[in-house]
Amino acid sequence: MSDIIKNTIEKSRYTVDEQGYYGQFGGAYIPEMLYPNVDELRENYLQIIESTDFRNEFQKLLKDYVGRPTPLYYARRLSEKYNTKIYLKREDLCHTGAHKVNNTIGQIILAKKLGKSKIIAETGAGQHGVATATVCALMGLECIVYMGEVDMARQRPNVERMRILGAEVVPATCGSRTLKDATNEAMRHWINNPLDTHYIIGSVVGPHPYPDMVARFQSVISEEMRLQLEQEEGRQLPHYVIACVGGGSNAAGAFYNFLGDEEVNLVAVEAAGKGVNSGESAATTALGKEGVLHGSKTLLMQTEDGQVIEPYSISAGLDYPGIGPMHAHLFETGRVKFVNASDEEAMHAGVELSRYEGIIPAIESAHALAALEKMEFASDDIVVVNLSGRGDKDLDTYIKWGKY
Amino acid sequence: MNTKTSNRINELFESNSKDVLSVYYTAGFPELGDTLKIAQYLEEAGADIIEIGMPFSDPVADGPTIQESSKKALDNGMSLRILFDQLADLRKKVSIPVILMGYINPVLQFGISKFCAECERCGVDGVIIPDLPMAEYLALYENIFLEHGLKNVFLITPQTSESRIRLIDKHTNSFIYMVSSASVTGARDLLGNQQRKYFERVQNMQLKNPLLIGFGISNNETFKAASSYSNGAIIGSAFIKLLQTATNLKEQIKTFVKDIKA
Ligand SMILES: Cc1ncc(COP(=O)(O)O)c(C=O)c1O
Repeated sequence: MSDIIKNTIEKSRYTVDEQGYYGQFGGAYIPEMLYPNVDELRENYLQIIESTDFRNEFQKLLKDYVGRPTPLYYARRLSEKYNTKIYLKREDLCHTGAHKVNNTIGQIILAKKLGKSKIIAETGAGQHGVATATVCALMGLECIVYMGEVDMARQRPNVERMRILGAEVVPATCGSRTLKDATNEAMRHWINNPLDTHYIIGSVVGPHPYPDMVARFQSVISEEMRLQLEQEEGRQLPHYVIACVGGGSNAAGAFYNFLGDEEVNLVAVEAAGKGVNSGESAATTALGKEGVLHGSKTLLMQTEDGQVIEPYSISAGLDYPGIGPMHAHLFETGRVKFVNASDEEAMHAGVELSRYEGIIPAIESAHALAALEKMEFASDDIVVVNLSGRGDKDLDTYIKWGKY
Repeated sequence: MNTKTSNRINELFESNSKDVLSVYYTAGFPELGDTLKIAQYLEEAGADIIEIGMPFSDPVADGPTIQESSKKALDNGMSLRILFDQLADLRKKVSIPVILMGYINPVLQFGISKFCAECERCGVDGVIIPDLPMAEYLALYENIFLEHGLKNVFLITPQTSESRIRLIDKHTNSFIYMVSSASVTGARDLLGNQQRKYFERVQNMQLKNPLLIGFGISNNETFKAASSYSNGAIIGSAFIKLLQTATNLKEQIKTFVKDIKA
């Protein structure tokens, strides 16, 4: 990373503090049974991921295996439609089809350096599960992925991909049987197997240091954006960066290297499901209050009694009742503007991109695209949309929706 | 601030430091109105401490049995508000120590100060909140807890380092909850060699606080084995299993406790 970029971030108020907090959010709210594991990570992660050894291996795999840098593609027809300059950051072209693999490559190298022989993960859309199963195959480590039963049904191709890759997929059968419940099961597994197992969390959620660690691994997205914009536009800073937020890892990666540049408008798009006030939604900042889930204090959809509300979104990857603590802080400070898109709006935006640019996006990413409709841009604004993943896994959902 | 204030928990261990039996169950389970009744039956049956679980939607440290009882209790309508209503007459009916156990989020939403005040009003002696980190507790909550005479009970596990156990011992004035193995809650039948070694190691540390062993204690055999390395043990899932099917709560609880302590 160039020194200039590094300085702007480190001077910013938006990265994690020594205690593992982003403002009032974050921390490590974990039972004692997880303390030694999480503490081992906390003690070692920075030293490991900043070592030359690690960085060489990470960068080589990102280049030769993942296929980075991913293109920053000028979407001509879409730009004409919205009368502005739209670039797509093509994370959909990563090996395995989404940004998730940036993180799993980083964590698998880290797990090896910590001497772990088994890997567990949770997954919603199955992209993180596939990305984890993939790096486990790459490194020859055992892999178990927890996935909600509902998600296993709606993301069938990814379940089979994980199995082909040699992972065991274990259904989470409690609660809403989606991402939240898969995460509960993965945490229980880690409690039961503390010594030889590393838990590869798939987003910027969980106890400190996970949110910071995952954000760092994903920050390659915005690092490349800056260099690519410099080449294309002669300037590193766009006017807007737009990304969808489930837990928030692709958004964290897309925003990371712009956090200190206050003139860049950062826009996070949450899933409104059937409408923010429909009772079937996953728009956390609109509906949530401060609370603690999965090891961190963050914004959380919950009842008055502090019970977590089952979220809903057509998109499995956004179907989560919280957001990472970094995003909670970015929301509270106003550094990032949070908007939301409904199932219907996202599906339309997904088909629109397919028709205008010949790219079928993941339904998660389609939520980011749906924000274009809701915003006003000047004709010479540079707008970067993070296209976090491709739509192959979502064909069933597109077909069921049917309006194309 | 007086950390030495004695309450029912301290008094219990002063008079009885062997084979202490603590029994856990979920508030509002099997029926919403059962909470106080079960506490009474447990005392009558000879339990020494009662741990009442505050149900949470996402109990990550619990195995299937307590997950299910928590879900049922929430479906029954249990909440902290209702629990404190149910416990208003606790001290007219129950004299042994009572501890509330649960996850931090419902407590935060209720409000820490209000929660502590309600505990004091009802005569609750202690709290176990596994996902409340020690650092946060010490920095933000210890004073409030102490003001209301509430004891915070910490957990230790086979992986907890000696220095951390010493730190926990220093900040505890009740008992230490010794988790028997690396696991979520749930009944198991045996205590293995590994566990015995860990019990011995901690026993030899000569801590100032009594130790109760929990997780996986399910019957007379495991209770006695665990108690031989500690001041007693905690039974949860095995008792919940009894409640799931009990047709005569009073009688069956009596037999259950008698068998465990026999
Ligand atoms: C393509 C894609 N985009 C976005 C997400 C949402 O996750 P996050 O908010 O962590 O980027 C997922 C999660 O599965 C995904 O598969």
